[in-house]
Amino acid sequence: MSSRDDIFANIRRSLGVKGSETIRQQIVADRLERSPRGVIPKRGQVSGEERIALFKTMVETSLATVTEVASAAEVPQSIALFLRNHNLPATLRMGDDPRLKAMPWADTALEIAHGPSEGRDLNAVSHAFGGIAESGTLAMVSGPENPSTLNFLPDNHIIVVSAKDIAGDYESVWNRIRFAYGKGSMPRTVNFITGPSRSGDIEQTLLLGAHGPRRLHVVVVRD
Amino acid sequence: MTVQSTSPQFKQNATRALNDAQLQRALGNVKQGFIDKRQMAADKLPEFEALRDSARDIKNHTLEHLDLYLEAYEEKVRSSGGHVHFARDAAEAREIILSICREAGAKTVTKGKSMISEEIGINHHLEANGITPVETDLGEYIIQLRNELPSHIIAPAVHLNATQVEEDFRRVHTHLDAKRDLSEPVQLLTEARAVLRERFLAADVGITGANFLVAETGTSIIVTNEGNGDLTQILPKTHIVLASIEKLVPTLEDVSQLLRVLARSATGQELSVYTTFSTGPRRSADADGPENYHVVILDNGRSSMLGTAFEEMLRCIRCGACMNHCPVYHAVGGHAYGWVYPGPMGAVLTPSLIGVDKAGHLPNASTFCGRCESVCPVRIPLPKLMRHWREREFERHLTPATVRSGLKLWGFFAKRPALYRLATRAAMGALALAGRRHGRFAWLPMAKGWTKVRDFPAPQGETFQQRWKRERKGASA
Amino acid sequence: MPVPSKPRVGLFVTCLVDLMRPSVGFAAVKLLEEAGCIVDAPVQTCCGQPAYNSGDRGTTRDLAMQAIEAFQGYDYVVAPSGSCAGMIKAHYPELFEEDPNWRAKADALAAKTHELTSFLVDVLGVTKVDASFAGAVTYHDSCSGLRELGVKAQPRRLLASVEGLTLVEMKDSDVCCGFGGTFAVKYSDISGAIVEAKARNVEASQAPTLLAGDLGCLMNMAGKLSRDGSPVQVRHVAEVLAGMTDEPAIGVARNPAAK
Repeated sequence: MSSRDDIFANIRRSLGVKGSETIRQQIVADRLERSPRGVIPKRGQVSGEERIALFKTMVETSLATVTEVASAAEVPQSIALFLRNHNLPATLRMGDDPRLKAMPWADTALEIAHGPSEGRDLNAVSHAFGGIAESGTLAMVSGPENPSTLNFLPDNHIIVVSAKDIAGDYESVWNRIRFAYGKGSMPRTVNFITGPSRSGDIEQTLLLGAHGPRRLHVVVVRD
Repeated sequence: MTVQSTSPQFKQNATRALNDAQLQRALGNVKQGFIDKRQMAADKLPEFEALRDSARDIKNHTLEHLDLYLEAYEEKVRSSGGHVHFARDAAEAREIILSICREAGAKTVTKGKSMISEEIGINHHLEANGITPVETDLGEYIIQLRNELPSHIIAPAVHLNATQVEEDFRRVHTHLDAKRDLSEPVQLLTEARAVLRERFLAADVGITGANFLVAETGTSIIVTNEGNGDLTQILPKTHIVLASIEKLVPTLEDVSQLLRVLARSATGQELSVYTTFSTGPRRSADADGPENYHVVILDNGRSSMLGTAFEEMLRCIRCGACMNHCPVYHAVGGHAYGWVYPGPMGAVLTPSLIGVDKAGHLPNASTFCGRCESVCPVRIPLPKLMRHWREREFERHLTPATVRSGLKLWGFFAKRPALYRLATRAAMGALALAGRRHGRFAWLPMAKGWTKVRDFPAPQGETFQQRWKRERKGASA
Repeated sequence: MPVPSKPRVGLFVTCLVDLMRPSVGFAAVKLLEEAGCIVDAPVQTCCGQPAYNSGDRGTTRDLAMQAIEAFQGYDYVVAPSGSCAGMIKAHYPELFEEDPNWRAKADALAAKTHELTSFLVDVLGVTKVDASFAGAVTYHDSCSGLRELGVKAQPRRLLASVEGLTLVEMKDSDVCCGFGGTFAVKYSDISGAIVEAKARNVEASQAPTLLAGDLGCLMNMAGKLSRDGSPVQVRHVAEVLAGMTDEPAIGVARNPAAK
């Protein structure tokens, strides 16, 4: 008997089932199909300005910084200002995200690089799939538009998120993912990011910038 | 064989730990921080208790249908281009991982934090076969340098002080300036970041654990604060996920419920910094990510826990809250438990995995204070399960003979109230007489364990039942 | 369920109070009688917890059956201990999962069994006691009472009504004292370390008196404090609530001149 068969046989023996019971199969198929929601905290169940305000508060609670711009056209200037304010070099790496590409980067003195990171970049910008107000989380999906390496390798990570993509809870993001990728399918990676990298492993003292970005800056675009 | 256990020497381990001043100082860090942070996070979320119920129910439902969810998961991983391997035990898991590493021509392997990898002892196996494993979680990296097991499931190096870490870094990072300043924890962190960054970029294979596996989508999930797990899995060409069978959950909605209690129970965060959902290898258009994606699913005795009282233990999501709140863990730390999993969850799980004959002390070394159960996010009745182990030991005559005979003698009298009254009356009278000068005993032959560390208060003399009979019922009864 | 005007209460003395400190039992009797109860103490031995926690289910069941029969005829069963009351309330029923007859009896006993202070406050609605005690006390929450029965506010509420008494909370009052029954003997080094931390918290509160609702924990803490030469006096909360503090504190010699 293969290890696989052996393990399944043992599970079924312990549970006292055969695996062929129609009722059990239906229960499982039904749950996978319907994906019922559980307890959703009321905190995130707000809309409009209130939701954006909650998102920003929670982003700051996670020790990230957040700013707001009125339109996508203002993003490059805002990022240039952020880098200048923190005495960071005027370089920026990004993927092929059409929303980012369409922004007027030429209006700034930023030196832009494209494609995934090889580990030597100081600054990168990514566009979020969405935000989650409940916990101040950014939902990122992998792909050529926003390579996953940009989320982790640079010292300073800037994430742009559209205000309209900020959801109240995780479940709303899963609905959008299903709509975009099909039920039961996922992009290779979804990253939920809640604040800059940190570690408490030395004497339980919280230190930022463990292996991932030391700084996380979020730009909310209102249009 | 899994990792060597010193659980049979628990008592000696504990005594050594109690006399280790360095360790006792480090353990001071556990006692307050984790507890206060968890409480604050729970207080901030009115639905926290309801979420604990929800988390328990999801895990119970999954375990009851585990065979079917595993099949669904396996199918989804395959259709997204990944490979699923099943391992009955630690040895099989080690061989599967070694052969994937060999196929990838691996020289170095980076590792995200994984308790299962500790359970199967993969590092030594890779080393013995010429492959260098590099732990990348800061705590795990530190204990790898020291050749130790983690002493806590989410804070592996919690037993160490910064000065010890400094010594290890100076000993191992010999390519760096010997005169560099490492007096601040942040300097240690920065050094580890730089050293490990090179390791990340050079690694051929990345091994991570999984906090959850999602049947609906074939997704594996890791939760970290450092980002090391992500660098481990997106940079090398091959990503191996090592997970045990009970990590399954049905859907993304279900995992969202569990995520809401996991970080709050563990570190008091709303959510850990990085929650990563991985499904298969890189897609054709992707610019980064692993080209090969393997999942190794380990049983190692867990399937036999299903359908027994210990099935409840398979709900565990490894948050560490039970040990953070345990007075015994606070006193002796994690290494005293002698194997991979310490604290109350270890006291229940370890006997299941390595045998109660070896790990028998663990479920006994508890005051049953119940604080672990009161904070468990999936409401595992840990004291009850420890008691079940004590019952199995008693049935199998593994309970020490002195305890058995003491219990037998006591039981004999306790089951015979009239005789009990006579015997206790005589005994208490004598004990009171002997203790009347000081009101207590500094040494008692039948309670040496007790009087070793504290006095034994003398009884008042007459028993309650004696006096009650005399005062309330007359002498007739 | 309405409370009878003169409820008949069976006192579950607990083996430790019976053998070591009967004055606690009589303090409980006084409190219950003052609250209008008719109190009786049937012949009894032990709730069976030592056997239960040692894995000896057979002996535990025998002792549980013995207790169930002894306490059949009362409206309520009250114990000056959260641990023993918790044993009856939370664990007796599960001992008889496969025996519907005994299960029903165990359920009935569990339903009418209470820890002393929670019985007075939650069931009888007592809000104050007629007692005085000069000075500050600190209170240790024993684990079983706290976590199995929710005993936390009740003793504090009653203590607040004791004339002259001030309650000073110690740090970590809800953390285990390290007693744990046979644990204290089997793992004495660990138990010693846990009670060491407790003793330091007691001393740091600067209250000259330590109270709790379980004699096992009290003997452990008193034994540690006296071993360390601490002058803190240790008593069961019932003694103070009943105004019966003429007996020497736990582990203190009787002064022949006092009586």
